[in-house]
Amino acid sequence: MSILELHDVHRVHGSGPTAVHALRGVTLHVDEGELVAVMGPSGSGKSTLLNLAGGLDRPTKGEVVVDGTVLGDCTRGALAALRRRRVGYVFQDLNLLASLTAAENVALPLELDGVAVRRTRQPALAALAEVDLDGYGPRFPDELSGGQQQRVAIAGALIGPRGLVLPDEPTGALDSQTGEAVLRLLRSRVDAGAAGVLVTHEARHAAWADRVVFLRDGSIVDTSGPLDQPEELLAPPGGGR
Amino acid sequence: MHGYQLRAAFEESTGGTWPLNIGQVYTTLSRLERDRLVRPLPKSDEGQRPYAITDAGRAELAAWFATPIGRTDRPRDELAIKLALALTTPGVDVSAVVQAQRGATMRTLQEYTRLKARADQPADLAWRLVLDAMLFQAEAEVRWLDHCEASLVRHSPPPLRVPQATPDTATEASPR
Repeated sequence: MSILELHDVHRVHGSGPTAVHALRGVTLHVDEGELVAVMGPSGSGKSTLLNLAGGLDRPTKGEVVVDGTVLGDCTRGALAALRRRRVGYVFQDLNLLASLTAAENVALPLELDGVAVRRTRQPALAALAEVDLDGYGPRFPDELSGGQQQRVAIAGALIGPRGLVLPDEPTGALDSQTGEAVLRLLRSRVDAGAAGVLVTHEARHAAWADRVVFLRDGSIVDTSGPLDQPEELLAPPGGGR
Repeated sequence: MHGYQLRAAFEESTGGTWPLNIGQVYTTLSRLERDRLVRPLPKSDEGQRPYAITDAGRAELAAWFATPIGRTDRPRDELAIKLALALTTPGVDVSAVVQAQRGATMRTLQEYTRLKARADQPADLAWRLVLDAMLFQAEAEVRWLDHCEASLVRHSPPPLRVPQATPDTATEASPR
């Protein structure tokens, strides 16, 4: 089932001669259990696509559908509720509030959604345990390493019934080992039934996705899916059967 | 160790990435024996002849580990040659060449990643590092292709036309 659908989506910033076409007719479906990576040079429309997918921005033309709900038909309030309940963002930084503990940061979306504070604690600690941060609940962000902070952010992005995770360069400042751990985690959450759209400029990270979409000047120019037989890559060159 | 054991040990360390045929192993062993880097031991009951490394062999091995591999020792980079030729051959859509290659390399990268995701036991370390080598190489290729694409867009070279293009467009081809 498609969790996210973009139908012929256009986004124009400004108007007249200075108008910028950030997206030009993008169509994209992301199913449950599917991770799609979006790559492309700066200014190709990657972040615009992510903002539209998460209902932070509205298309100039075309339709964005999350879980069967057409975002364009939603009132502001309904959209905000959908974002809280169904969509989790992970940014390169600025993911956590410095004055809240790790557990409070993770629980925040539930609290904003009206769940009583005492009932958010257990799911928050469980979410932290799931990202290998058992016992880190009481720590503040500045007491955590960059990789740990990013894992807290992912726990927060996927707590509750949220099935769509939208990471924007989530491994930004992390070293290659820690970055890989973050992607492994993202992959396992998606495999467990979420859907994800990952914006990255690093091919090695995009490679964790099921599909890689290349954007240029606001259009999808290429899509790369997996091969049927990965083992074939390891066959002796020219020694095909 | 005898030939079959050597082959098995090599393939285990490298995850079977570069399968060896047993003939290669035995010709290499006889060359090493000729150069006195290994010496044959008496045949086993099963008729296998084990070999032992000599002191000279150990020194050679140490030197091999200590010597960095030069870029020039590697075969020519066919992809770089292909792109250079695509740029200078009339009628070739260079961005299409770049895109086709990038899609293919990206797929390769995805597959290596899938294999890596499966290899998460500590015992798989040697194999994971071999996979990482291939991953980083493929990633470098994608980055280089991105760079090529950006350069193509930025410099938008005068479209190279097949010779029968009109004289007007042919003379327009001045660099900007």
